[in-house]
Amino acid sequence: MAHAATAGRVPERGLDVYTQKVGMWVFLCSEVMFFAGLIGSYVVLRFGAADTWAEPGDVLNVPVTAFNTFLLICSSVTMVKAFAAAQEGDQKGIKLWLLSTTVLGATFLGVQVYEYTELVLHRSWEGSHGFTPAAGLYGATFFTMTGFHGFHVLLGVICLAWATIRAWRGHWGADNTHGIEVLGLYWHFVDLVWIILFTIVYLI
Amino acid sequence: MSEAGGHAASAADDHAHEHPRYMLIWLYLAILTILEVLVAFLAIPKWMIVVSLLIMAVWKALLVALYYMHLKFEPNRLRLVALAPLPAVAIMIIAIMMEYV
Repeated sequence: MAHAATAGRVPERGLDVYTQKVGMWVFLCSEVMFFAGLIGSYVVLRFGAADTWAEPGDVLNVPVTAFNTFLLICSSVTMVKAFAAAQEGDQKGIKLWLLSTTVLGATFLGVQVYEYTELVLHRSWEGSHGFTPAAGLYGATFFTMTGFHGFHVLLGVICLAWATIRAWRGHWGADNTHGIEVLGLYWHFVDLVWIILFTIVYLI
Repeated sequence: MSEAGGHAASAADDHAHEHPRYMLIWLYLAILTILEVLVAFLAIPKWMIVVSLLIMAVWKALLVALYYMHLKFEPNRLRLVALAPLPAVAIMIIAIMMEYV
């Protein structure tokens, strides 16, 4: 029952979309500023000390990371396919595509762990053995940016695993797609950020 | 925006809405990624490489935002929410660049 203080209020029209989606977009706006701050710092540090940065491919393994980029792009299409399957009430499709997205996301993380291990144990940088977060500005910015992105992927994979378990329990369907769409927005944003990071950190 | 404009509404709510060509977008993204790696190692001036790579990265990001995140099909008011941080990002980029002008 409405309180006297709020009784009689007419709800205002919103954004023509459901609340969870607006909430996710507002969260993603804050994430844009988070990554913009990281990338901005990187640009300032790199332009200020360009001679302490390696050329593309000298230290970082571009082919492996390009493969990882491809995995993340594939995971975006499987995610959106899961949403399309949910819209159509295709239970088999929901399970298949959500599981595929989870596996691709987890594989991305596995490749990133492999990449980090190779860098720390087998690469050399400025005369010292191993490219670590302590390897000057180059190492510090590289591990900070890719590490924070990897953390976002990890959170996404955990949520995807949960969504996949719920798919097997028949939770999603044509009348219940919001959770998959909102999770998809987060996942595509993580993909979008990687597209920018891959270019700036690995290729330029 | 008119009530009818909400047609687009959310792709989730509009079951009659035809799905975008998700696999075609995936193909574009894959091809652009291959092109990026090739361009990064071309023997051309560095500034040309940087400009080409940035254009391709923005192109890929737009494809993801417009088609996979459905911004192309959302109401204008939600698009405004999504674009809200970009002026702040632009101010930050300009401020950073002024360090080197």
